Amino acid sequence: MGLTNQATGFRTLRENFLPASTGGYLVALAGNPNAGKSTVFNALTGLKQHTGNWPGKTVLQARGKFTHQGHTFTLVDLPGTYSLLANSVEEQVARDFICFGRPDVTVVVVDATCLERNLNLVLQVTETTNAVVVCLNLMDEARRKRIAIDVPLLARELGVPVVPTAARRGEGLAHLKDTIAAVATGALCPGPAPIIYDADIEAAAGQLTRQLQPLLRGRLNARWVALRLLEGDATLLQGIQQFLGVDLSEPGIKLQVKEVLV
Amino acid sequence: MAGQKTDPVLVEAQRLAGDLEDSYRDRIVAALYAQAEAIASRAVKEAPAPRREFDWRLDAILTSRLWGYPIMLALLAVVFWLTLKGANYPSALLASLLFAFQDILTSLFHRLDAPAWLHGIVVLGMYRTLAWVVAVMLPPMAIFFPLFTLLEDLGYLPRIAFNLDNFFKKAGAHGKQALTMCMGFGCNAAGVVGCRIIDSPRERLLAILTNNFSPCNGRFPTLITLAGIFMGGLLTTAAGVAAATLTVVGIILLGIVLMFFTSWLLSRTLLKGVPSSFTLELPPYRPPQVLRVIIRSVLDRTLYVLARAVLVAAPAGAFTWVLANVHLGAFSIIDHMAGWLQPLGKVVGLDGYILLAFILGLPANEIVIPILLMSYLSTGMLTEVNSLAALGEILVRHGWTWITALNVMLFSLMHWPCGTTLLTIYKETKSLKWPLLAAVIPTALGLAACFLVKLLAGLLDIVAAG
Amino acid sequence: MSTITSLSNLRPGSSGEVVSLQARGLARRRLLDLGLVPGTRVVALRRSPSGDPTAFFIRGATIALRREEGWEVLVQQV
Repeated sequence: MGLTNQATGFRTLRENFLPASTGGYLVALAGNPNAGKSTVFNALTGLKQHTGNWPGKTVLQARGKFTHQGHTFTLVDLPGTYSLLANSVEEQVARDFICFGRPDVTVVVVDATCLERNLNLVLQVTETTNAVVVCLNLMDEARRKRIAIDVPLLARELGVPVVPTAARRGEGLAHLKDTIAAVATGALCPGPAPIIYDADIEAAAGQLTRQLQPLLRGRLNARWVALRLLEGDATLLQGIQQFLGVDLSEPGIKLQVKEVLV
Repeated sequence: MAGQKTDPVLVEAQRLAGDLEDSYRDRIVAALYAQAEAIASRAVKEAPAPRREFDWRLDAILTSRLWGYPIMLALLAVVFWLTLKGANYPSALLASLLFAFQDILTSLFHRLDAPAWLHGIVVLGMYRTLAWVVAVMLPPMAIFFPLFTLLEDLGYLPRIAFNLDNFFKKAGAHGKQALTMCMGFGCNAAGVVGCRIIDSPRERLLAILTNNFSPCNGRFPTLITLAGIFMGGLLTTAAGVAAATLTVVGIILLGIVLMFFTSWLLSRTLLKGVPSSFTLELPPYRPPQVLRVIIRSVLDRTLYVLARAVLVAAPAGAFTWVLANVHLGAFSIIDHMAGWLQPLGKVVGLDGYILLAFILGLPANEIVIPILLMSYLSTGMLTEVNSLAALGEILVRHGWTWITALNVMLFSLMHWPCGTTLLTIYKETKSLKWPLLAAVIPTALGLAACFLVKLLAGLLDIVAAG
Repeated sequence: MSTITSLSNLRPGSSGEVVSLQARGLARRRLLDLGLVPGTRVVALRRSPSGDPTAFFIRGATIALRREEGWEVLVQQV
C-alpha cells in the first residue's frame, strides 16, 4: 500500500521553518510579482530576515520573524506567481509550501490597482486552505488613480478578511498584524465560498473527493486534489507521494480516475 | 511498463486523456477567471481609464520605433555622466581627507618607534589600499546605485527587456537577460544570482556566462580613472569630462555587443538549442519615492563599500605590499613575477605589471589599480598618489601611452570574473565546468582585443610616419 | 462581419475577443494562466521598436508576448 510513514516527510517541510519548541506561528506570504509583496515582507519583518534557497531548487526564499500580541510569527516569502497551477518552478514551490508546509495563515498580497488579475491567485489559494488573509496593497496608488474599492463587499464575496494597506508608506500594517494574529490563533475563522464549476466537472470532482478523503485523512483539501487530478497536474501527485507518503498513482486509484474521466 | 511506449492504443488513450485534461483545465481556469472578473466588477467602484492612458502614452514614446533606442542610449549616457561628474569632487575630497589621515598614522608609527616593515604592511599596504578603494569606489557607487534603483522603482527596466528581446531571441537567448545584464552593472555576482529569473537552464547559462561583459561597479574606478587621465585631460574642462564619459559609455556599449555576440556563438556551439517561451509584464509606471530610495541606497552602498574595503582590499593591500617589498636578490617578488609575465604583456600591448595586477586582483576588481601602483612604486619612488595628475605621471613614467590605457580598459572589460562571481557561478550551476568557461571566454577575447589594438596602432604609426 | 485572426496579427490599437487556443499541454496552460480564456477582451497596444514582442492589455495588465506565442491564440476582431 502507499500509506508509508508519511509523518516524517510531512512534518519535515514545516520543521524547516519552525523549531518544534517555539510557540510560534508559520505565515506564508503569497502574491503576484508586482504587487509589492517584498515591501510588505520588509515592513513586517524589518531587519530580522534571512535569504536563502528553497531546498533543492534555485528559487530565492526569504524568511523573517515578527512578534505581535505576545506571539512570534515566522514569515516565509513565497515566490511571486500569477497562479498556483504549477506551470513553473516558482508556482510549484509556492503551491507545495501552502499545501504541504501547512502554514497557520496564508497572506495573499494583492495589487489594488489591478484587482481582477490578482483575484485569480486569491481564489486558487482559498480553494486550497481556509486560513487566508488578503492584504490589499498599493492603496496609495489606487487613490492616486482614483480607483475606489468596496473593501467590506470584497471581504464578503471572498469569505476571507481583507486588509487595505499601503506598505510603502506603512499604512494598514498594524491592522494586518492584528488580522494575521486573529486567524492564526483561531479567533477569526474565515469561510471562503467554494467556486462552482460546470455540472460534469462538479460530478466528477465529487466522486473523486469521496474516494480521496479516506486516503488523505484531512491533511489536504480533498476536493482541491480531485480538481487537480482532473486537470492532469502531474507534479501534485509527486508532492503528495513525497510529503504525505500517499501514492495516488496506485492502480486502484488510477482506475477510478479513468472511470470518472471517461 | 516497457510495452506502454510502443503500444499505439495506449498512446492514443493517453493523448485522449491529455486532451480531456486540457479541456477540464480550460474550463476550470475559465471558471476561476469568470469568478475573479465578477467579484472585481462588484467591488471596484471607479473606472481608471484616464490614468491608464498616461502609461500608454509614455510607453508609446519610450518604446517607439523612433525614440525607443535613442532614449535608452541617452539614459545610459546620462547615468554614467552623472556618475562620473558627480563622483569627481567627492572622490578628490575623500582622497585628501584619507591621505591626510595616513600622514597622522605614519607619525604615530614613528612615535611608537614601530619597525618599518610594520608601518609598511599596515599603513602603506592595508590603509593606503583601503583609502584608495573608498575614495575612488564609494562616490561612483553611491551615485550609480540610487540612479539605477530609481529607474527600477519607476518601472522602466521591463521596457528595456521589451525593446531588446528580439535581439536576445536572435542570439538564442532570453529577453530577461536584458535585466540580468543591467543587474551586472551593479555587481556581477548579484547579476549571476539574478539569472534565476530565467527558467530554461540553457538560457540561464547563457545569461550567467555572459554577465561578466557588464562591467561591475568594481571596475568603474579603473575605467573612470584611466578615461579621466588619458582621454579626458584630467577632467579639468567640460570637454574633457564629455570625452571621458564617451569613452566609458563606448566601453559599456562594447560590452553589450560582446554579450550578444558571445550568446549567439554559444547558442550555436556549446549551448545549442531553441528559444523558450517568453512573457513579460510591463507594470504601470509608479512615481518613485525619490528621497527614500536615495537615502536607503546611499547608506546601503556606503556600508557595502566600507565592508568590502576592510575585508578584501585591506588584506590584499597588505599582501601586495609584502610581495612588492620583499626582495630576492636585486628585485622584489613582484618584479620577478611581473618579469615572467612581461613577454605576454608586451605582445598584447600591456606589460607584466598590468597582467600581474589583474591576477592579484582576483578577489575584487577595485583593487587592480592600487596593486598596479604599488608594484610600479616598489621600484623605488615613494610618491604620494592623491590626484589624477600624480597618478598619470607615474603611469607615463612606466611607459604608458593612451593606447596602453585603452588596452587596460579593454582588458578590464574582458577578463576573468572576480573571485566572488566565480564562486557564485559554481554554487548556481553546481559544476566546475561553467566557472572555468566563464573565466576563459572573456580572457581569450580580452587578449585578442588588446593584441588587435596594438597591431592597429602599430600599423597606423607606420602609415603616419611613412 | 468581424474576422477571426491570431493575436499576433492584431494591429496595434485594435482589440479582439479570444475564441480559442491552438497550443496544447504546457504552452496552453501558460496562455490560460495569463487570462486568455475564451471571451476575454484583448487590446493590442504596441510593438517593440525591433518588431517583436507585442504588448497586449489583458485583464487589467500589460503583457508582452512574442510572435510565436501569439500565433496560438485565435481572436475575433472587434
